[in-house]
Amino acid sequence: MRGNEAIPQAAIDAGCRAFFGYPITPQNQIPDYMAAHMPEVGGVFLQAESEISAINMVYGAAAAGVRVMTASSSPGISLKQEGISYIAESELPCVIVNIVRGGSGLGNIAPSQCDYFQAVKGGGHGDYRTFVLAGWSVQELYDLTRAAFALADRYRNPVLLLADALLGQMMEPVVIPHEVVDPTALPLKPWATTGAKGRRHNIINSLHIYPPDLEQSNLRLLARYQEAAECEVRFSTENLEDAEYAIVAYGTAARVVVTAIQQARAEGIPVGLLRPISLFPFPSSRISSLAEKVKAILVVELSLGQMVEDVRLAVEGRCPVHFLGRSGGVVVTPPEVLEAIKALVERRRE
Amino acid sequence: MEPAPRERVIFERPKALEPVRMHYCPGCTHGIVHRLVAELLDEFDLVDSAVGIAPVGCGVFAYDYFACDMIEAAHGRAPAVATGLKRVRPDLFIFAYQGDGDLASIGMAETIHAAARGENITIVFINNAVYGMTGGQMAPTTLPGQVTTTTPLGRDPKLAGNPIRVCELLSVLEGPAYISRVTVTSPRRVRAAKRAVRAAFQAQLQGLGFSLVEVLSNCPTRWGMPPDKSLVWIEQNMVPYYPIKEFVVAEPLRRPASREEKSAGPPPRGRESSLREALP
Repeated sequence: MRGNEAIPQAAIDAGCRAFFGYPITPQNQIPDYMAAHMPEVGGVFLQAESEISAINMVYGAAAAGVRVMTASSSPGISLKQEGISYIAESELPCVIVNIVRGGSGLGNIAPSQCDYFQAVKGGGHGDYRTFVLAGWSVQELYDLTRAAFALADRYRNPVLLLADALLGQMMEPVVIPHEVVDPTALPLKPWATTGAKGRRHNIINSLHIYPPDLEQSNLRLLARYQEAAECEVRFSTENLEDAEYAIVAYGTAARVVVTAIQQARAEGIPVGLLRPISLFPFPSSRISSLAEKVKAILVVELSLGQMVEDVRLAVEGRCPVHFLGRSGGVVVTPPEVLEAIKALVERRRE
Repeated sequence: MEPAPRERVIFERPKALEPVRMHYCPGCTHGIVHRLVAELLDEFDLVDSAVGIAPVGCGVFAYDYFACDMIEAAHGRAPAVATGLKRVRPDLFIFAYQGDGDLASIGMAETIHAAARGENITIVFINNAVYGMTGGQMAPTTLPGQVTTTTPLGRDPKLAGNPIRVCELLSVLEGPAYISRVTVTSPRRVRAAKRAVRAAFQAQLQGLGFSLVEVLSNCPTRWGMPPDKSLVWIEQNMVPYYPIKEFVVAEPLRRPASREEKSAGPPPRGRESSLREALP
């Protein structure tokens, strides 16, 4: 199945019962799929009048305690940022999918990783973060989408699923587990606005006019992010055991890197891959210990260098960090990565 | 037979209003409209099955005042938030309370599309022709010639555009079940306003579709006039531009009573003059 079909199917299997979206390429198969399949499970599909309305419909449905999702692509995600900020500060769970395309501006519809900063550093105004999960295969997009709903509910925080035009459009076999989530069996959300029967009224709100109140609220969010940094970091490694050189890459870039690593190893260069899956929380401590072990790190991205900043923060100068990136929807190739690996070895010799 | 009690409560705070102090300026009609909404929440026994959406603007703290569950929305987004909530919980009664900047400027797309979809929600729209909370700037409903901090020489439609008549705009759509404009400048007007809000509630409770009541309201603080004079200003300046009437009334809502109200002709002629007389 297509990436853009695995994601909505996983959402339905995770108990998501509301989807609000707006057309934008290259994510259009997601709302199409939801329009066709959400009614089968008694869920809500609604095409909103804008990305702004879609995210605010998500806000309303999340306030009612329902598992809810929206999907878009880069320019549309920019429009959603106001709503994401409100959702984060109001402590509501939801899942937002970004099938990233080339930017900035209207850019193009080719695969890119240019929205890393926007995804992991907040995106909208304020002192909040979104959890960010990034897969590299259709199977992993399915699995991460299901995990995203659990993560959102557990931390009462929006979770962003980051993929790109290539992952969204390509087809791969997917193993779908038999067990699906029954939304009626999920734990009740006592904070939800579902009618104040037998209790005082619940208020979903991000306004704290007295600064110390807002600071307390922000510190509560910070504590959740710190807990997530302990419990929710995800990454995978390939060929790192004997590696003298390491590449850090995620998503589509990591797939290209794996091919280049095979070629480099065939030529006798001991190089491996560390692939962050949770981009927030970021696998900083794993990268930090990796920096103690290898001679140099190469970061490969489909951008002009965004995640590389987080890698450098984790490495803290323990080893050289180099960067290879292509931008504007151009996908980096295995020969380019191989060349960059050889350049690492060459620099080391000098 | 028990003796008749000596004391009898004839007027009290609606259960749907929290016993808290409101932040509104003296003489502001927000208090009247909050009370009308709360009285109707009580009347229809909706306090424990309603969710209200508060706007950005002077009404922002409405979430502290209504005793039902409340959500504070981003500026202009209340109809979208209400839509998301109503779609997943059609059993709940959903109302949004919005001002003119919120509803007719930054949130116009959300307003028109919720109305066009016939979203089964109720909007109480406070039109006081100015941005109150931010300090008195021009609103989408500011009248031609009206002085605001951003139209210091009076609104010149050639430069600053024309005011928007929201009810007229929405009434050409197929989705609305009830659209009405009222004001609260006199007890008689307040009673008529309550009838309109009741009809809007009934529209939603009967599943008829989108309902909106526009309330021509005052802003003594930003208009720079005493409350009594501000009510006269509504009648003299706003009512001629924004006619008081029912624009859309879905068939099931057309009760004999409302026909009588309509055939009674344009309401309260004498009231303006009595208000004028009341001025110093």
